[in-house]
Amino acid sequence: MKKLGLLALTLFCGLGAFAQPVEMADKMRSSGQIYVVIATVAIVFAGLAVYLFAMDRRLKKLEKQD
Amino acid sequence: MMKFIYQSWWKIGAVVLIIYTIIAGFLIPVPALPILHETIRNVYFHVPMWMAMFVVFGISVVYSIKYLSTGKEEYDLVAIESVNTGVFFYVLGLLSGMLWARFTWGEFWSNDPKQNSAAIAFLLYCAYLVLRNSIDEEQKRARISAIYNIFAFPVMVVLLFILPRMTDSLHPGNGGNPAFGKYDMDNMMRAVFYPACIGWIFIAIWIATLRYRIRLIENKNLTSI
Repeated sequence: MKKLGLLALTLFCGLGAFAQPVEMADKMRSSGQIYVVIATVAIVFAGLAVYLFAMDRRLKKLEKQD
Repeated sequence: MMKFIYQSWWKIGAVVLIIYTIIAGFLIPVPALPILHETIRNVYFHVPMWMAMFVVFGISVVYSIKYLSTGKEEYDLVAIESVNTGVFFYVLGLLSGMLWARFTWGEFWSNDPKQNSAAIAFLLYCAYLVLRNSIDEEQKRARISAIYNIFAFPVMVVLLFILPRMTDSLHPGNGGNPAFGKYDMDNMMRAVFYPACIGWIFIAIWIATLRYRIRLIENKNLTSI
């Protein structure tokens, strides 16, 4: 049900964009699309953090073996 | 103390702080200043590299002193891996500073006193790594490099934070230039800048502890062969 609602919402948003071709200012596209940059940098950093946590876990396993 | 490096609460905290500064750092309004324009936001990412470097180099000095007073090999391993991590953040700070300088001072490298002494201090720590690798005997290596490290740290501080301040430099905070903190940074910026520094400092400490733990296992394997 939730998913259906979400789908309807995204479809609705898409329709909205077609209906007003001039104003394509959903959040991600406003302020010169800076939100896209923020999301990209955040993804890169989150990825690095996950990578660090993975190394931490692998090390923990190795340390337990000794 | 040694339990601390295996815990994860502070690692999660550091990650959360940095993700906050990435989001807030781009969104929160900044003072409109000539030349700098939006690049003032680099303060959130360039300066924390140096803070992180400074702290891990400081940790390595503490452990060098601890090594000299106890002779425990692990302390030497903490010292070397802290320096290795510090050098990594040093390079990040230098490169990000060069890029910033290109668009505010005009050149990647304009032989500014801050840049030149940063390069010299970098060589100082490269010399530490070369010195270490040139000594085969373990205890001798640990002792000599610990002494070198203890002396390198204050020289680095003088080169990076004192000498450039006494001559003309383009870098904020030097040669009569106001530091960012004085006039350019408002409280909104501080709310991002301080968490960024704390976050990156702990990320650097985390990387150093990972390197140290790898080193410990490598060391154990070497001695058991």
